[in-house]
Amino acid sequence: MPAPARFTLWIKSAQALALAVAVCFSLGATDANSRFTNLNHRLMCTCGCAEILGECNHVGCPNSSGELEELRTGMAAGKSDKEILDGFVGKYGAVVLAAPTTQGFDLVAWIAPFAVFLAALLGTILLIRRWTAVMPPAETLATDPATDALKERIRRETDSEGGY
Amino acid sequence: MAAFGSFALVIALLLAAWNLVAGTLALRLIATGQPSPISPERLADTARRAGIAVFIAVTAAAFALIWSVFANDFSITYILEHSNRALPGAYKFSALWSGQEGSLLLWAWLLAAYGFVLRLTHKQDVKLYAYAGSILAGIQVFFLLVLNFAAPPFALLRGAPPADGNGLNPLLQYPEMVIHPPMLYLGYVGFSVPFAFALGALMMRYPGEKWIKITRIWTMVTWLFLTCGIFLGMHWAYAVLGWGGYWGWDPVENASFMPWLTGTAFLHSVMMQEKKGMMKSWNVWLIFTTFLLTMLGTLLTRAGLVSSVHAFAQSSIGTWFVVFMGIVLAVCIFTYILQRDHLKGEHQIESLVSRESSFLFNNLVLLAACFVILWGTLFPILSEYVVGNKVTVGAPWYNTVAIPIGLFLLFLTGVGPLLPWRSTSLRAIRRNFIVPCIAVWATVLVCLILGMRPWKDGTFESGSFYAVVSFALAAGVLTAISSEFGRGALVIARQSGRNYLASMVLLVRRNTRRYGGYIIHIAVVIVVIGLAGSAFNRNVESEMALHDKISIGPYTLECVGASQDSNANYNSDFAMLDVYKNGKKQFQMTPEKRVYLASEQPQTMVAIHSIPLWDLYVVYEGTNPDTQQPIIKAFLNPLVGWIWAGVVLIVIGTVVALVPSLTPTTASLRMPAARTAHAEPVLGGGD
Repeated sequence: MPAPARFTLWIKSAQALALAVAVCFSLGATDANSRFTNLNHRLMCTCGCAEILGECNHVGCPNSSGELEELRTGMAAGKSDKEILDGFVGKYGAVVLAAPTTQGFDLVAWIAPFAVFLAALLGTILLIRRWTAVMPPAETLATDPATDALKERIRRETDSEGGY
Repeated sequence: MAAFGSFALVIALLLAAWNLVAGTLALRLIATGQPSPISPERLADTARRAGIAVFIAVTAAAFALIWSVFANDFSITYILEHSNRALPGAYKFSALWSGQEGSLLLWAWLLAAYGFVLRLTHKQDVKLYAYAGSILAGIQVFFLLVLNFAAPPFALLRGAPPADGNGLNPLLQYPEMVIHPPMLYLGYVGFSVPFAFALGALMMRYPGEKWIKITRIWTMVTWLFLTCGIFLGMHWAYAVLGWGGYWGWDPVENASFMPWLTGTAFLHSVMMQEKKGMMKSWNVWLIFTTFLLTMLGTLLTRAGLVSSVHAFAQSSIGTWFVVFMGIVLAVCIFTYILQRDHLKGEHQIESLVSRESSFLFNNLVLLAACFVILWGTLFPILSEYVVGNKVTVGAPWYNTVAIPIGLFLLFLTGVGPLLPWRSTSLRAIRRNFIVPCIAVWATVLVCLILGMRPWKDGTFESGSFYAVVSFALAAGVLTAISSEFGRGALVIARQSGRNYLASMVLLVRRNTRRYGGYIIHIAVVIVVIGLAGSAFNRNVESEMALHDKISIGPYTLECVGASQDSNANYNSDFAMLDVYKNGKKQFQMTPEKRVYLASEQPQTMVAIHSIPLWDLYVVYEGTNPDTQQPIIKAFLNPLVGWIWAGVVLIVIGTVVALVPSLTPTTASLRMPAARTAHAEPVLGGGD
């Protein structure tokens, strides 16, 4: 098969696979309790056990049953997620939320990790590019495929010491 | 015994101080060549012998504490607070690390034990070992100072001792707790050794990279201990805390995970230094950071800066740790600045797409993960300091921030081994990556067909999404690593005429380090599959009268009774549940709730039935005070067993990597005439 035809076949196969994945993604199921579960996993039990409200398993816990009831009442009253969570914060303080909010100084908690990660990633890429820019042309860019394959195989097979 | 133990600690401190002072002086005299009334070599040897004696003295102190526990000597405050007469023998041992003072004594003893082995094997490289021994002595002095002046384990009770002690924390009365903390400490303390070698090698401007080879076994064994310690802690949390999970991003869990991440980064990048003379400064700072993180973890949890369900002891020794960490950091920075020209790399990375780059990115991701965890652990303190508002940074935050980074790391786990050193060609990339890519997309498709969809009721389900991505990447990585094994074994099979399995074994034996590493990567993938299963956890909770039934997954649980038991240590209530599958009785489970008599604290004993597909995990939550009926919570946790199986494979992989490879020889192979023209390559090694 000529190379362009093979390439087209690959593209079509990839498109078919992507389409199949998209179709499967769109098939969803419903769960009546999912909102309740979602919300009780965004709140902490305030008894001091440091557990997520939905996972607090203390029998006779002085707080979790009351908090869960408050959550159910809020949902039954037709409050939005934000209204319910704000109500909890107003009553118990910000520590009742299982994660920082996305407002004010709390936003720093979310931004800093990604900012540091992206900056480090970018820095590493730039560093490697700078190193490779000052190197003489890489010998592996040989145009002879046989030489290319042989060199790679020799490298792999002579790499008998020190790690992988 | 209290006097004997205290005396042993004082002697140990004096010996460690002599080791530090005499060792440093001797090395200074040798380095400068100054004349002295005593031979510096003899002075260095007295320092080494003092280091050996420290081990004996600290062992005597540890023995004294254990003896006192078994003798129920409640005149010692520590014994009174952490033991009682009815405590079973095995748990009397765990009293050694159940409190602040005992933990520090265990730390000092393990450090002395590591130092003992190091000093006995000093002939490998006398000068380097002398430097490392003196640095270890410095660390030992710190711990012995704390033990003698800030947290003495043999402090006596004022007045007459009571008849019985307060007992051991019930959470610690579990078989794994007899081995989990020592294992974790072996990991924590063990990183002192590569730290000492790295700092020593830098101080003496050690020529070449031999010090890395010397410390390799230390580093890997230490890493293995820390890994096992972390996973034992996870299993303990799973089996004892009774919330159905094993990792809650608790500060103590985070504190153990951070040095593991930097230690793992070091294990990878140090290969670059060993093979290519690259990343020298980076490696030195990685091991410095790892050591400092072991100290920071102790500071965070012991000084009460952050609260944790795992912190069984808190005190005001934080200042000691802050000062010590400051001194260590200052010494590291000063030495680095003074000797940084010695750390110039011999080579540079030649291509963005190469094995070297993948190591660099792997390091980057591991450090990013470490930063994320450190940031999450410290943010509540930072928030309170900056805006006066304490917040909680719990699992939802970590799951959002850390999981994508973890998945990127998983991706690199598969990509790295497929890239050759130096540089590669597009053709090679295409050839190596095509099968793993197909595996990734095929897995996504299979997951979606099986109903694992990231959308539920029109909303995005991040848990399911990450699980599907994890399974897909895991399939890709497994395919990639398997193909590496397969290709190598195929070459050997062709050349030697062995069968495929024997060729595979020979392949591993010829380069145990590489293939041991691959086995560890496979193990990590298996662990990730197990972790991803948590996205599909289910649970049901119910008050159960006699013959009441609850269903979860394919199982039906029927309450056939509830009973009570008691012994000298605790009273227990337990339920008896018959488990049915497809209408047929399979087995009985007896989840239990204990109340320990000495401490009057309750404790859950979870019943777990584990099969590869899932764990049936049943918690007896207690009884309803109104009806006196037991309350049962049952979980169906998919793939949890894979996590523990992965750990076993990590141990196997590490052991394989520690076994020396077959000595490389040039093998003469009789080649068919037609093939000799193509210069068929010969793999190193032979048998």
